[in-house]
Amino acid sequence: MNVVVLVKYVPDPQGTPELDDAFLVVREGTEGALDPGDEYAVEAGLRLTEDHGGEVTLVTMGPEAAGAALRKGLSMGAHAGVHVVDPALRGADALATARVLAAAVRRRPFDLVLAGVESTDGSTGTVPITVAQLLELPSATFARALSVVDGVLRVERTTDLGFDVVEAPLPALATITGSAPEPRYPTLKGIMQAKQKPVERLALTDLGLSAADVAPMQRVLGLTRAQERAAGEVVPAGEDTARRIVDLLAEAKVL
Amino acid sequence: MPAVFVYAELTPEGPLPVALELLTKARSLGDTVAAVALGPGASAAAETLGAYGAATVFASDDPVFAETVGHAAALALAGLVEEHRPALVLFSTSHDARDVAGRLQSLTGSTLMSNATDLPATDRAEMPVFGGAVTVEVALGGPDPKIVLVRPTSFAAQPSGGSATVVPVPVPHGSAWPRRVERHEEAAAGPRLEEARVVVAGGRGLQEAANFALLEELATLLKGAVGASRAVVDAGWVPYSHQIGQTGRTVKPDVYIAVGISGATQHVVGMKGARRIVAINKDPDAPIFRLADLGVVGDALTVVPQLIAEIRARRG
Repeated sequence: MNVVVLVKYVPDPQGTPELDDAFLVVREGTEGALDPGDEYAVEAGLRLTEDHGGEVTLVTMGPEAAGAALRKGLSMGAHAGVHVVDPALRGADALATARVLAAAVRRRPFDLVLAGVESTDGSTGTVPITVAQLLELPSATFARALSVVDGVLRVERTTDLGFDVVEAPLPALATITGSAPEPRYPTLKGIMQAKQKPVERLALTDLGLSAADVAPMQRVLGLTRAQERAAGEVVPAGEDTARRIVDLLAEAKVL
Repeated sequence: MPAVFVYAELTPEGPLPVALELLTKARSLGDTVAAVALGPGASAAAETLGAYGAATVFASDDPVFAETVGHAAALALAGLVEEHRPALVLFSTSHDARDVAGRLQSLTGSTLMSNATDLPATDRAEMPVFGGAVTVEVALGGPDPKIVLVRPTSFAAQPSGGSATVVPVPVPHGSAWPRRVERHEEAAAGPRLEEARVVVAGGRGLQEAANFALLEELATLLKGAVGASRAVVDAGWVPYSHQIGQTGRTVKPDVYIAVGISGATQHVVGMKGARRIVAINKDPDAPIFRLADLGVVGDALTVVPQLIAEIRARRG
């Protein structure tokens, strides 16, 4: 069973992102990483190929530095990587990203496409499903658990009130939440082996796409800094603590 | 003025509240407002949707729309969009809405913006970034319809007193669709998170799942609802329905009590609209203290029982 996992290189999730003059997130020369949300999708892909055979191929779109995201996934155990890198993709929006990823996935046979539910930096949360429609695949999103039995994908899909079981015939696409099994840590051996694994580099023309296909359709007009909440009082817990909180509740008329 | 479509999600009790919020906003953006309601309960929802501003409700009660988890709905919606050419289609940011909107985008080739909190025009939207520290205003170019996903509670729903004409929607043809084969739902107790005047939310600082019972006790005393950070939902302590933040619910209660929650930007987006914030955390450097009206540096497992006792004592 061949699994493709869509991964993204994101700025350090703990840091504060910087914007350039065009209001784009600065991605070069900053510490970045494989999106932590994507690690769950890599893990899910590895488990499926361990059970069913086949390979996990990682596909990413991003600047040179995005190679680090691929190397992380390869060191976890993925077999190969595809890196779409092209100056025309700077500032690519959700549709452009989906078109590039779909074109890169389409180049070889696959059974299942996996992705995180949304990126840590952009949080759009629709790119994988747009890829699914571009590839005309059924999808099962927001999976906290997944399995494949007799060519059918079966997913526990997180809902507001619990979960649904969703089934889709392969080939299909699924997105994986942080409630899925925890991603493994790369072993030293895995890190060494990752350096030998094949990473294919592709430009837009290799995918049969033109700059017009990926031209951004959104433009940031301006930024407004939110009014900071006035910081209140911070006190150490003590005998008085409960009374102070209850006073606040009484003042808010919720007691 | 242009036409605006609202994708109205349905529950057995009627349209989701966010659908009425979106219709209210749509009235100020378009001269023709239509709702698209697909799945069981669609026809029955038309009266409410009309009362909040939908002049037309494109409706189908066919169960295929609910069973195929947005796949058939996206195809049907694409057909309506092609026929009626709205300038804008509004969605919520729910899981189901994201599935439909994402598929629609690949069929229309138009632009999509997620997590919007306001729309100054049909081709302009605002979105908080970096945990709400900054709001960006974005011009949406390219072909119509613009696709915008709006965070719930961004607008207050106000009835228009109107009524809707119901137009049936044909069921699209297709195969290789996903199928929802089972539903597992827990009965929710107490008020809904979005409607509760008090929200008591817990995070990793509670140390283990069993300690959430303390928060439930506190919330029940205050007739409030229990929320949670993403970390503890991912860890399986409480179901996703309790998650507050970017990937969960947005709440604006009178009082938000954050217990053992550090205050990552991911979480803050969902609760910074609270009127008053109380934070209890062991770490004096936790970012949540920068938002809190009252911050208590201490162990939640000590402070919360004291608080419960004090509320009981105060009430006599």
